[in-house]
Amino acid sequence: MERKTKIHAEENKQEIIITRDFDLPLNLLFRAYLEPEIVEQWMGTKVIKLENKKQGGWHFETTDPMGNVHVFSGVIHDIIKNSTIVRTFQMENTPFEPQLEFLDFEPVSDSKSKLNMHIIYRSVALRDQMLALPFAQGINMAHNRLQSIVEKLN
Amino acid sequence: MNLRRDVFQAIADPTRRAILLLLATQSMSAGAIAANFDTARPTVSKHLQILTECELLKQKQNGREVIYQLNPSKVKEVADWAEQFRQLWDERFNKLEDIMKKYI
Repeated sequence: MERKTKIHAEENKQEIIITRDFDLPLNLLFRAYLEPEIVEQWMGTKVIKLENKKQGGWHFETTDPMGNVHVFSGVIHDIIKNSTIVRTFQMENTPFEPQLEFLDFEPVSDSKSKLNMHIIYRSVALRDQMLALPFAQGINMAHNRLQSIVEKLN
Repeated sequence: MNLRRDVFQAIADPTRRAILLLLATQSMSAGAIAANFDTARPTVSKHLQILTECELLKQKQNGREVIYQLNPSKVKEVADWAEQFRQLWDERFNKLEDIMKKYI
């Protein structure tokens, strides 16, 4: 089966391109980015603020299993219904710097649509770190799991 | 010599995995790396040597200090970072699709 979500990250470039085909009409795909209660469900986050307009701000918060609160925020630079969102994204209280995201929504047919997400980072090194983050978190989670198992044995 | 098997043996050790994790977000000197472990400094040096030999780490001379950094292309070969990043987004988008199908 062909993979629905594709990542394009060339070496020595400070960008990542994520593409995804959806079995959804374009308006429903776009709606998933607009309504806070829907965003909360698929992003697994709490939506504190989501101003869907030019120069609007957004602010999400997640709480990890250890009880730590992580804050994500940015500014919506441009938003065109069923077409485009241009925004910044930042993880607060981390060494990671803000990134610029271009989200392009396209119809494929009446019942299918496509998302092209183009993320630009300040440097190649930062891009590589962000790409490595799920890997690092994976090791961390495995380590925490191991620790909780060991603690039960004691 | 089976280099590929050596790479997997290298990451099979928990201390060496912890070193890779430390270096995932920053480059560090051997001393700074060793400060994160209770293990004796020569033991940490041995781990760094193994990780460098199988090219998971790169050494950079900074004055009198040797700075260690991840070699992304080699680590990617083993752990495939991009694949885990892809899976994270794939899961999110699968959820989005399931949720929005209720509105069709």
